[in-house]
Amino acid sequence: MENIVSLKNIILDFEDGERILKNISLDIRDKEFVTFLGPSGCGKTTTLRIIAGFLEPTSGDVYFDGQRINGLPPHKRNVNTVFQRYALFPHLNVYENIAFGLRVKKTPEKEILKRVGEMLELVNLKGFEKRAVNRLSGGQQQRVAIARALVNHPKVLLLDEPLGALDLKLRKEMQIELRKIQQELELTFVYVTHDQEEALTMSDSIVVMKDGIIQQIGSPTDIYNEPVNAFVADFIGESNIVNGCMPEDCVVEFTGRRFECVDKGFDPNETVDVVIRPEDVKVIPAEKAKLTGIVESVVFKGVHYEMIVDGVDHKWKIHSTKAEPVGTMIGMTFDPFDIHIMKKTEEE
Amino acid sequence: MKLKYFSAPYIIWMVVFIAVPLLLIAYFAFTTDGGSFTVKYISDVGQYANIFIRSIWLSLIATAICLVVAYPVAFILSRMEKHKQGTMLMIVMLPMWMNFLLRTYAWMTLLGNNGIINHLFGLVGLGPYKLINTSGAVVLGMVYNYLPFMILPLYSVMEKIDKSMFEAASDLGCNSTQTLFRVVVPLSVPGITSGITMVFVPAISTFIISRMLGGGSNLLIGDLIEMQFLGNAYNPHLGAAISLVLMVIILVIMTVMNQFDPEDQVLM
Repeated sequence: MENIVSLKNIILDFEDGERILKNISLDIRDKEFVTFLGPSGCGKTTTLRIIAGFLEPTSGDVYFDGQRINGLPPHKRNVNTVFQRYALFPHLNVYENIAFGLRVKKTPEKEILKRVGEMLELVNLKGFEKRAVNRLSGGQQQRVAIARALVNHPKVLLLDEPLGALDLKLRKEMQIELRKIQQELELTFVYVTHDQEEALTMSDSIVVMKDGIIQQIGSPTDIYNEPVNAFVADFIGESNIVNGCMPEDCVVEFTGRRFECVDKGFDPNETVDVVIRPEDVKVIPAEKAKLTGIVESVVFKGVHYEMIVDGVDHKWKIHSTKAEPVGTMIGMTFDPFDIHIMKKTEEE
Repeated sequence: MKLKYFSAPYIIWMVVFIAVPLLLIAYFAFTTDGGSFTVKYISDVGQYANIFIRSIWLSLIATAICLVVAYPVAFILSRMEKHKQGTMLMIVMLPMWMNFLLRTYAWMTLLGNNGIINHLFGLVGLGPYKLINTSGAVVLGMVYNYLPFMILPLYSVMEKIDKSMFEAASDLGCNSTQTLFRVVVPLSVPGITSGITMVFVPAISTFIISRMLGGGSNLLIGDLIEMQFLGNAYNPHLGAAISLVLMVIILVIMTVMNQFDPEDQVLM
């Protein structure tokens, strides 16, 4: 597959001198659903706005379909955006909002009618043509915003936290619907969110960002199972992160005990972050375990219980379908491949 | 529900100072000195048709010029950084802190045959031109005095247009001219209509500006009405009749104007 959008060494400084993006390089393949994921202020929306053309990078190149498009204004780029708070035109009804881009391009009336009709069908808003946009629900406004962007047949659709304002149930529905639309139309979607679950559900690949730096790029499975550092591990799902060191290959020592693991290639006795997912902690009888702790709290979460267990040097978070009574001593163990070893990030 | 008692003073005010005087004007317009009913004064208003037409024409021109001048000013103002907007607004308002008469007097000295402008023309060997006592001077006076009333409502509407509207327009293929006519103008219609109202209504009924800058040959309705109440032509019945006709004209024009206001259409 070809790259449709490429960012090369993008640096962006704001007027006050603050560096927002620190050397971002990134390739987005055609027909791919890419998600920029990170906490607020990580630069994900800024990166999206650079692709849209609303911001010019301080240095670095933006390529679209093989051509350098630095300095090209937004209205000349073959991308469309779904804005965070929709930005629908309040003076136009649903039909005219969707038709806006076509009218600007002086499309014949007949074709406008046809294409807007297709879009209304796609986003399930048939019969709402004449409705004023401020009399639509949040979910409906969202659909209009998506239709208004897609009707122009962009090569790339940029979505800036489009589901942020919707309630949980609607958000889940829209996630599935968006994914379906993307696959049906075979378009490239670039999606910005701070919601890791959303990112995992929808994406072909995820770009995890923090403080203007890309931490990791990979498929949802890769990112979840093989996070490159403690930040990614913690941001994608919940994690137990403890300090450890590697006395030799495939052996890791943390909380004063040695465990078998599958990672190698570290310096002898290098200090590392050890990451273990809460669902990978196995509860066993205390007398059989290397590592023990006392159950501090138990919370029912629906599918599983979440226990906080006070062990040596660390409070372990455990997800399990069976709860142990508060105050009991339990044992914990881990499968070697569930222990993820990560190099310490420099700043920490 | 107790809150409604707080509106009592305002209702009393409206009755005493608005409703009653309006009724009195209507009463005067339709009665003779003796108090018997007549339509004579209303039909007499027809004699002054040319003055009515001139007033409407000059105030329409002044309103149009105000709109053209104020629109870009208001737009630039609304897109400035917030803290600069305050300063700029104050500069727009500044002339209004000066007495209205004084400002208009100032124009008399500027435009006079021996005034500063003709003097400057003289230095480069031009003129003198007849600037004062022309209909152009009257329009200039109207524009100068009422321009802030156009800028302010336009500004307050434009300032509320979210930045994302411009980005959305640009994203959907608009260059800046297209953004202006497809998004900014439609969204600022409420400001345009209220700006036009706030300039046109005082302009059509002014008498100071035409008296001071227009000389005797540019009488407006305002002058006509003033003459009937305070001048030599003393005739309150005719004055009331002219006022009434003027009011009806303004009402008709405003009703037509409001048809363009999308917010009003929703209510209908």
